[in-house]
Amino acid sequence: MTFKSTLLATAALMAMPMMAQAETLRWARAGDALTLDPHAQNEGPTSALAHQIMEPLVMRDMTGAMVPALATDWGPSADNPNVWEFTLREGVTFHDGAEFDSEDVKFSLDRAMTEDSDYKELLASVKEVRATGKYTIEIETNGPNPIMANNLTNMFIMDKGWAEANGAVKVQDYEGGEDTFAAKNANGTGPYVLVSREPDVKTVMKINDNYWGKDEFPMEVTEVIYTPIQNAATRVAAMLSGEVDFIQDVPVQDLGRVAGTDGLEVRTAPQNRVIFFGMNQAAEDIAGDNVDGINPMSDVRVRQAMSMAIDRVAIQKVVMRGQSAPAGMIAPPFVNGWNEAMDSSSKTDVEGAKALMAEAGFADGFSITLNCPNDRYINDEAICQASVGMLARIGVTVNLDAKPKAQHFPLINNLETDFYMLGWGVPTYDSEYVFNFLAHTKGEKYGSWNGTRFSDTDLDAKIEALASETDLEKRNMMINEIWTVVQDEQLYIPIHHQVLNWGMSSKVDTIVAPDDTAKFKYFTLN
Amino acid sequence: MLTFVVRRVFQSALVLLIVGLVAFSMFRFVGDPIDNMLGQERTDADIARLRTELGLDQPFPVQYVKFLKGAAEGNFGVSYRQGRPVSTILVERAPATLELAAVSGFFAITIGIGLGVFTAIRRDGFMANMIMSVSLIGVSLPTFLIGILLIYLFAVELGWLPSFGRGDVVHIGWWSTGFLTASGLKALILPAITLGLYQMTLIMRLVRSEMLEVLRQDYIRFARARGLKERSVNFRHALKNTLVPVITVTGLQLGSIIAFAIITETVFQWPGVGLLFINAIQFVDIPVMAAYLMLISVMFVGINLIVDLLYFAIDPRLRVDQKGAK
Repeated sequence: MTFKSTLLATAALMAMPMMAQAETLRWARAGDALTLDPHAQNEGPTSALAHQIMEPLVMRDMTGAMVPALATDWGPSADNPNVWEFTLREGVTFHDGAEFDSEDVKFSLDRAMTEDSDYKELLASVKEVRATGKYTIEIETNGPNPIMANNLTNMFIMDKGWAEANGAVKVQDYEGGEDTFAAKNANGTGPYVLVSREPDVKTVMKINDNYWGKDEFPMEVTEVIYTPIQNAATRVAAMLSGEVDFIQDVPVQDLGRVAGTDGLEVRTAPQNRVIFFGMNQAAEDIAGDNVDGINPMSDVRVRQAMSMAIDRVAIQKVVMRGQSAPAGMIAPPFVNGWNEAMDSSSKTDVEGAKALMAEAGFADGFSITLNCPNDRYINDEAICQASVGMLARIGVTVNLDAKPKAQHFPLINNLETDFYMLGWGVPTYDSEYVFNFLAHTKGEKYGSWNGTRFSDTDLDAKIEALASETDLEKRNMMINEIWTVVQDEQLYIPIHHQVLNWGMSSKVDTIVAPDDTAKFKYFTLN
Repeated sequence: MLTFVVRRVFQSALVLLIVGLVAFSMFRFVGDPIDNMLGQERTDADIARLRTELGLDQPFPVQYVKFLKGAAEGNFGVSYRQGRPVSTILVERAPATLELAAVSGFFAITIGIGLGVFTAIRRDGFMANMIMSVSLIGVSLPTFLIGILLIYLFAVELGWLPSFGRGDVVHIGWWSTGFLTASGLKALILPAITLGLYQMTLIMRLVRSEMLEVLRQDYIRFARARGLKERSVNFRHALKNTLVPVITVTGLQLGSIIAFAIITETVFQWPGVGLLFINAIQFVDIPVMAAYLMLISVMFVGINLIVDLLYFAIDPRLRVDQKGAK
């Protein structure tokens, strides 16, 4: 061996541990976080970025299980069922070195309950947050709340001192016309520290060397470079050319291309989102159909027939290229209250559907307009198109009206559609969330996404009772009863559960999180 | 002269106001921003509160007047999507678009004129015919397809150039430039070609036909007869006289390069104002849409105003007509 090559080899050896220390992960997805203010936007990409930098009291790991974050222990108080007690993690510091304690938790939760916060609904039952000691906190609710902790998994904790010093006590609002400091800067306790951020362009984070869980989690990724790439074809091209290591939102038509490339891999998992159709089932005549004097969909037999006409397997195979799981209920599989019997209850039976239609007096069918988004869910418009043909088989003539989401969702909220597509994710992993928004009569506090006009006061009472039923067994029974009504009434026509696809280079190793939130502290590298 | 200028400026301002009014009347057809701004858990009360707070419950002329008042003070409002002042965002994004437009404009002009002259001189040559045929692709293929094809070839297959973004940028004051880093320059190539290809083809064809016209003129024949070098005849005598209409068209096209960079910016994730505008439409970010549309119309009105004033300076007949009218 010559002197020169020995030198080179030595240099390479010396360089190796240094290279192993700086492991950069280049991450791309369709959208950017809208803000760094942790309480301003309750939206997927926004909380996904926040999760790297900040932490809630309790969080979901990559499998969806609830694990301790800034709280080490929690549960309802033994003395008072209206109070939840949290023991906080000791010795945690914020990125700027400030100490974390109960004052920060109280400040953050109070902030999340203010008018401009997007998280206030999740804390609607909270009466007061009390710091009872330096590392203990109590949350008192109006009546017992059995799933209080479930509502806190995206409720990030800020440093009180930092927020006060930088004028970030208020959640950003749109009226002021000024930059909110917290929208562009972040000081959390999380595993990664914000290095730089240009909204919609690039966000760089590096590992937090003082992170409390440094030895508990793999923490193999030491730097994260996050670039949103909106155009799906460009996003895939960036993955194929090796410019990014990890992408979310792989379009279904390109899955084969990515998976078939050497050094790249696609991993899939069921997503926390179910896609379904809602129908106006009010008794009075509706304008959108061609039947006078009656709303055909007010008859449960018609709703059942429409559900039976949908061939979910065909949609899965043809429209989704296998990337979906046919659904029989409008809750994702990991949600408390989901059961397999209900979720596999949707059967395609065109003859049976025709018989039901005839029984209901609509042997000749009717016509109706289906409102559908075209930029919200995976292949949303194509699913609607396929359904048009399927419903035609039982004589239901569907006029498809596909619009961007900004125009579609107001139709549901303003009750301007009689037949519509909607998708639903359950951040609390509990059926109560589904019922509150989709099954309860539409009103001030409940049922804001219920566009079906369905209203059952007995059912409403049961749904409201769920919020304060602390006997979990009894509560689960009640959940099951409510689901039985939802299913029997065919309140919605479930289509499928979306499937998540993450594309990654072979150097990255992770499981796919059902909430589509990558938490890089769990990532390992090959 | 002064009355003409004043009248022109006044007319331009009127056009601007009308553009703004039309834009505002269209916004409610784009959709409702409230749903995007509030999370899934919002109640009807939240929706109503935010709608009032943003003044979206007002009829559009009222919203428009409010916008104009703010704009007159240099305040374009706060982006619904990013929660930051629109003026800050626009200043942040403008350099990316302007640099891209400058490079693709330069590319279109130099290559366009060069090829135009070449195809005119070698009128029936094999190469010239080839270039003319290939240039048809430039006019007929849509921009996004050209962009995707370039990405596929140069980023995915060959791996020479980046498929997205601006690379590393250097900040000089408020301006961010990609000209000073290798990755920034590399990142400019594909988007600049994509954006400039159409203009290049246009300029090339224009130069060619003008040139063919000029080459038939007597003074060219005399120049040749005088024994001048072919190069000097083509470039000094012929080209110079073809450039007048070319400059007019190029000037107008520069505006459209900036205004219509939207598609190129989307394909290449180029962080300019075009991408900002696309995002704004999807989110129904009314303050950003309004500011962008006003900015673009200011630019076009400004260009037209300058052109009008130049005509006035160049063309004496305009002045005669003025007097005649009075």
